[in-house]
Amino acid sequence: MAPILELKGITKQFPGVLANDHIDLALNKGEILALLGENGAGKSTLMNILYGLYQPDEGDIFINDEKIVINSPTDAIDAGIGMVHQHFMLIPVFTVVENIMLGQESVKFGDFLDRADASKKILEISEQFNLPVNPNDLVRDIPVGIQQKVEIIKLLYRQAEILIFDEPTAVLTPQEADELFDIMRSLAKQGKSIIFITHKLREVLEVADRIMVIRLGAVVGETTPQQADKNSLAAMMVGREVSLVVEKETKVPGDIVVSIRDLLVTDKYQNIVVDHVSLDVRAGEVVGIAGVQGNGQTELVEAITGLRKSAGGQVTLMGRDITHATPRKITELGSAHVPEDRQMDGLVLPFPTAENLVLCTYYKKPFSKGAVLQYQIILEHAKRLIHDFDIRTPSALTPVSNLSGGNQQKVIIARELSRPIQFLMASQPTRGLDVGSIEYIHKRLVQKRDEGCAVLLVSPELDEVMELSDRIAVMFRGKILAIVDSQLVTKEQVGLMMTGEIPEEGFHANENRVVERTF
Amino acid sequence: MKREPNKFEEAGQVLLQEINETGDEPTTQKRSLWSAIAIPVLAILTGLIIGAVLVAATSTSVYEAFEHSFGEGLRTIFIEVFTAYKALFTGSIGDPAKISNALGSGDDRLIRAAFNPFLESLVQATPYIFAGLAVALGFRSGLFNIGVEGQLFIGAACATYVGYAITGLPFIIHMPLAFLAGALGGALWGFIPGLLKATTGGHEVINTIMMNYIAFRLTEWLLSGAMTRPGSGGMPISPLIQESAQIPQFFQSPIRFHLGFFIALGVAWLVWWLLFKTKWGLNLRTVGANPRAAKYAGLSIGKSYAIAMAISGALAGMAGGVQILAVNRSMALGLSSGYGFDSIALALIGNNHPLGVVLTSILFGTLRNGATRMMVVSKIPVDIVDVMQAIILMFVAAPAIIRSLYRLRKPKQEEETAFVSGWGGGQS
Repeated sequence: MAPILELKGITKQFPGVLANDHIDLALNKGEILALLGENGAGKSTLMNILYGLYQPDEGDIFINDEKIVINSPTDAIDAGIGMVHQHFMLIPVFTVVENIMLGQESVKFGDFLDRADASKKILEISEQFNLPVNPNDLVRDIPVGIQQKVEIIKLLYRQAEILIFDEPTAVLTPQEADELFDIMRSLAKQGKSIIFITHKLREVLEVADRIMVIRLGAVVGETTPQQADKNSLAAMMVGREVSLVVEKETKVPGDIVVSIRDLLVTDKYQNIVVDHVSLDVRAGEVVGIAGVQGNGQTELVEAITGLRKSAGGQVTLMGRDITHATPRKITELGSAHVPEDRQMDGLVLPFPTAENLVLCTYYKKPFSKGAVLQYQIILEHAKRLIHDFDIRTPSALTPVSNLSGGNQQKVIIARELSRPIQFLMASQPTRGLDVGSIEYIHKRLVQKRDEGCAVLLVSPELDEVMELSDRIAVMFRGKILAIVDSQLVTKEQVGLMMTGEIPEEGFHANENRVVERTF
Repeated sequence: MKREPNKFEEAGQVLLQEINETGDEPTTQKRSLWSAIAIPVLAILTGLIIGAVLVAATSTSVYEAFEHSFGEGLRTIFIEVFTAYKALFTGSIGDPAKISNALGSGDDRLIRAAFNPFLESLVQATPYIFAGLAVALGFRSGLFNIGVEGQLFIGAACATYVGYAITGLPFIIHMPLAFLAGALGGALWGFIPGLLKATTGGHEVINTIMMNYIAFRLTEWLLSGAMTRPGSGGMPISPLIQESAQIPQFFQSPIRFHLGFFIALGVAWLVWWLLFKTKWGLNLRTVGANPRAAKYAGLSIGKSYAIAMAISGALAGMAGGVQILAVNRSMALGLSSGYGFDSIALALIGNNHPLGVVLTSILFGTLRNGATRMMVVSKIPVDIVDVMQAIILMFVAAPAIIRSLYRLRKPKQEEETAFVSGWGGGQS
């Protein structure tokens, strides 16, 4: 049978970059094809060509053996191609039904919207593909996972046969991601064809029928989950052997650096979001906080770093009370913070890389003399860090907004880790990064730990927490459920605790497993 | 003043760096220079073309000529437009013939008279520079200061009071003192909404607009009461300032070119130095570009807003002060013809950079000055001149129009433009 979609020799040249280099791709009906590649490999360009946002310089697109030209997303939709974008294209203040029918409205009596008719169609689709939504909910009131389902229904509503998912799991919790994979499988089973863009190896191996790997704009190989494993895929993707396991030696931790006692944080509605948390972080150890996103980790981090006022309890750093200290004071006492949202909090995007590298220290010697900034020194400092931390940037004066996500994160890592620090607060340090960058950043964090720094790591990626941490604190609904030795628990046990359950059995069987427990 | 050009050269490079990709090769420098000025230049050109259409369409003699014959009509259009633009040019830059004659004759008075149109354009540009800097500094710091007009009035009132009420001071003390009083008055008027934003989150757009009304009525009340000129018969006008408080004009009347223009250039350099060379400036710009990252970096956002509004107000106050001390020499209600509001457009065109503000101010001064002449010579109503100015501004302020009109490529790089994150203010 002929493939439903075929791309032949697609080439796209941007100034200075060959984004797509004669890419051939065939998608069969009812198949899930994973497009794997690092950030900037050219996956998104290819899909944007398919979706009509870019025109290829060379190459043809065939649908059911018929050559077509796609000039706009409208053409793509007419050809039965639909795309679920990484950032959803929904209008928050509209209801689900309004969002879905937008652009293809059901009408009655001329021009009046027929919401009931549209709702009926939506519910049919929702039933058929197991995508439960309530058509009358406002989009802003429903969780991200459901919003994604709305996006998918939107495509099915427009009779899309080919569905493109662009990094769909970036915004999802692990549970929501698993649910999405089920949906994708069921869509494929019912004859829809799916292109799944990602750089996450686990997902590819789990859900894809066939895997195409793209590097530097060209297809470097094709395989199947049966033939491949994480290591071989990573090597194809990055072009060299990548160590996926963090190497670190066991160390005896030193003195307590950060001590959190009974910390209480409330949100603006006075709801308790961090509920009497107590935790110590010692010199030379990584304490990982595991938990599904939204269980108080963000607020905990903000309270520790002085960005948010706490409602009770105490935080000390090297024996000094920092509970109500300003962020600057905390920084000056020898703490560093890799923030959760690098673009919003960690960087000033329009500013040059060099200025971002002194964001927390520019006012001090040697970067300022009196009131005057010493740009010579700031530039030299930047050049040194760019070299030491392998930041890929055209120059130290390039606005940091022009850097790739991985390199932006390296700017933050370089800035925070190059200072003499006793405490490092790393919040989702590898979010949205590709394998190569993750490997690098993990190495740096472990190196800092080995130098005797106390590291507190927060990540919703359980793998990351398991691999990096010496001890793991599991957070659920603002509380720390348990603090366990990472060597003595399995991933499954921690995963279960993240859902709020304590696996009493296993824990009682082996007293050593529970290092500390707080309730 | 000797080092001035040097430093502006440096400022120019920094401007390019900030506006554009910082390529090390000279070719990109050249290209980036063009891309930096392409929009304003094309906008002015387009404005002039549309202005020509307006001139032709609103002239009765053109219609009469068309009734006569088609060729006659076209000829009349050409003459009308040519006369108008010639007047615009000679009125703002000078008459080339007159200049060469004057230079040939070697007569000092003739030479000065020939150059007067250009010098007068610089006089017109001076308050624009101060007011434009005020808005630009606000934008860079994440603030939309619409209150420049009010701060200008308060500054002018303070400068006037110190100018006439204090007697017996030597020039070297009195003039700077009066000028500083203007700056302080403006600073206070800017600081109030800044403080309100810092402490209560009250939006500066609303508060500065309201402060404008207070400023207008307050100065009106002062001028017809406490500060009124004895014997003015109730007219809202202040006494003349002391001679020792006057900013000197370089030549005899009617040439009004004065020291204030150079003070403005100096202050522009100072603002550039503050914004781009000091840690305070980096502080302000960081808060302006990303308040959340600023908070993360340990800056006090409220403090930064309050300080920025005070500095912005001080610059606006200087605009009022310089007009009083150098040009008007007494205060009346017609002091500013919208300098404070024009300066918002001006700062945006100048990309909120001091050098850009200076250049755009000179352009505005030139247009404003030439327009007067154009009105007199070609009998084009002042309204048409206003409309032309507005069209030029619209094109400059909406670069997308110019880009699509001339098929310019969108700049690839994200530029460091200071912008206010929507009217909602975004940041709290």
